Amino acid sequence: MSEVPAWAAVPAAILLMVAGVLAAIGAFGLLRLPDFFKRMHPPAMCSTLGAGCVLIASTLVSSAVAGRPVVHAVLITLFIVITAPVTAMLLARAAVYRSERRARER
Amino acid sequence: MTGFLGFAVTFASLCFALAMLFAALRLFKGPAAQDRVLALDVMYINGMLLLLVLGIRSLSSAYFDMALLIALFGFVSTVALAKFLLRGEVIEP
Repeated sequence: MSEVPAWAAVPAAILLMVAGVLAAIGAFGLLRLPDFFKRMHPPAMCSTLGAGCVLIASTLVSSAVAGRPVVHAVLITLFIVITAPVTAMLLARAAVYRSERRARER
Repeated sequence: MTGFLGFAVTFASLCFALAMLFAALRLFKGPAAQDRVLALDVMYINGMLLLLVLGIRSLSSAYFDMALLIALFGFVSTVALAKFLLRGEVIEP
């Protein structure tokens, strides 16, 4: 196992720590906020910025170890960027529909 | 894997594990069904990030495929659950 050179290790380490803090804050917001529509916001931070940071760090480290550009982490980034808004919109529509139906039944 | 990068990898793993714990608490607590689906969504994203961090730690590329599979199945399951909450069935005729 070869060692990671410093020009890749230091930015990757900083990106990883930023992503960890963002994910923890996002999940804490998911746990603590009072309303469903307020609770939808903090995890978006984790799933876009946090995932982006981790994937850039992973690309940096694997490129530095392999000695050539390794870009298959871009696939996951692209997939997350495409699917996160779809998931959020479907969940918000489901929540609106269910709360309206509950208000109608009452 | 020692020094600054090793510390950062450990720190990030602990943070993602903490985030998964928070999401699991919301999954158990959640008052409505959509809260549980959202918590499941957050949980699979954090599990995928944890797998990628493990891939950085072990410098192997096998973790990429697992993370991609988790992203795919997590998206499909969240969309199916949201569709079920919205319409009452997943695949409509």
